[in-house]
Amino acid sequence: MMIVDARGLLCPEPVVRTQRAVKDGISELTVLVDAEAAKENVTRFAASRGYAVAVQQEGVDYTLSLKKA
Amino acid sequence: MKQRNFWVILTGVIIGIAALALTLLGNPGNMGFCIACFLRDTSGALKLHSAEVVQYMRPEIVGMILGSMIIAMISKEFKPRGGSSPMTRFVIAIVVMVGALVFLGCPLRMMLRVGGGDLNAIVGLVGFIAGIFVGTLWMRGGFTLKRAYAQSMTEGLVLPIIAAVLMAMSVFLPSLFAASESGPGAMHAPILIALGVGLIVGGLCQRSRFCTVAASRDAMMFKDWSMLWGFAAVIVTTIVGNLILGKFNLSFADQPVAHTDGLWNFLGMALVGWGSVLLGGCPLRQVILAGEGNSDAAVTVTGFVVGAAICHNFGLASSPKGPTVNGMIAVAVGFVILTLVGVLNREKA
Repeated sequence: MMIVDARGLLCPEPVVRTQRAVKDGISELTVLVDAEAAKENVTRFAASRGYAVAVQQEGVDYTLSLKKA
Repeated sequence: MKQRNFWVILTGVIIGIAALALTLLGNPGNMGFCIACFLRDTSGALKLHSAEVVQYMRPEIVGMILGSMIIAMISKEFKPRGGSSPMTRFVIAIVVMVGALVFLGCPLRMMLRVGGGDLNAIVGLVGFIAGIFVGTLWMRGGFTLKRAYAQSMTEGLVLPIIAAVLMAMSVFLPSLFAASESGPGAMHAPILIALGVGLIVGGLCQRSRFCTVAASRDAMMFKDWSMLWGFAAVIVTTIVGNLILGKFNLSFADQPVAHTDGLWNFLGMALVGWGSVLLGGCPLRQVILAGEGNSDAAVTVTGFVVGAAICHNFGLASSPKGPTVNGMIAVAVGFVILTLVGVLNREKA
């Protein structure tokens, strides 16, 4: 599965990278982030593009699992 | 209403009311808040520049940094981070400050000026949006200042501690600092009120991720309109407030701390918009991120302070009479610098 590592990146980069990945119509994608703002922004973006998002916290990092609904 | 929109709009309304109140209590016209102007005044208070009319240790900024820090700590979002091209950010921050002081205000003050009926600020707003658009083209093209990494608690606390110590010193040892006797630097709300309002606004901005650049940027890049609600809320609140207070004055001429040179109002704010997109947020957002322990943002805020000193030491800042030749040259150089920064920081997708 494709993984977008957006940890340590300031907005809008985590969303830009997610956007680039979903452009190919990918059905499943994992995005790694480490900031609340990035988590919220990527989640909101993914939802607007029809992906269901599951969030898992591991220490200071978040793993966002995007799945085309 | 979505929870995010609620927080963003609430922040916008509170910023608008706070700005009106601070102006009534003594801050300069349409300058209840201005990150650029206030850091410029602070830079003057620290004698980094000697423009006698703009020297004052502004409590609002200190309050915002500490308000953001307190709320971030309570919500477990205080995460020291740093190392994302700090020196490049420092340079971009100087360029952004040049643009802001040629226009005479950061994006937040631009909004407050629009809310006061200052039509020059509308010209600035158009330039700001144009600049943001150029910035988004670079972001789409793979621009990145690379990732930040976790840092120690100490690293994250350095700027908040410096801000708090300077604030305390300015109250208890005022003779150490420069303070304007006339001009905008001499106009200010009572210290404790300004500090308290800063704390509240800083905390709210931390919760809502309020950012004047994100408003247009996210709409352009992702069709995400949520932050625009906050942007609109600030302007609507200040228009209504100024109308009620009888301070709404729709005109180009005779606006407080503003000039009427449309071209340089446009270009100054275009520089601010473009540079802020590269930085990942507007000057206000950088102050809030610095409070959350982001030392790249702390370096950026330091860059603003140094940039303000450069602006006044080398005659780059505009005055109500208009922009200076040096300022015009500096804006042109700023566009060259942002282009170079863009070209040299692209990552292949």
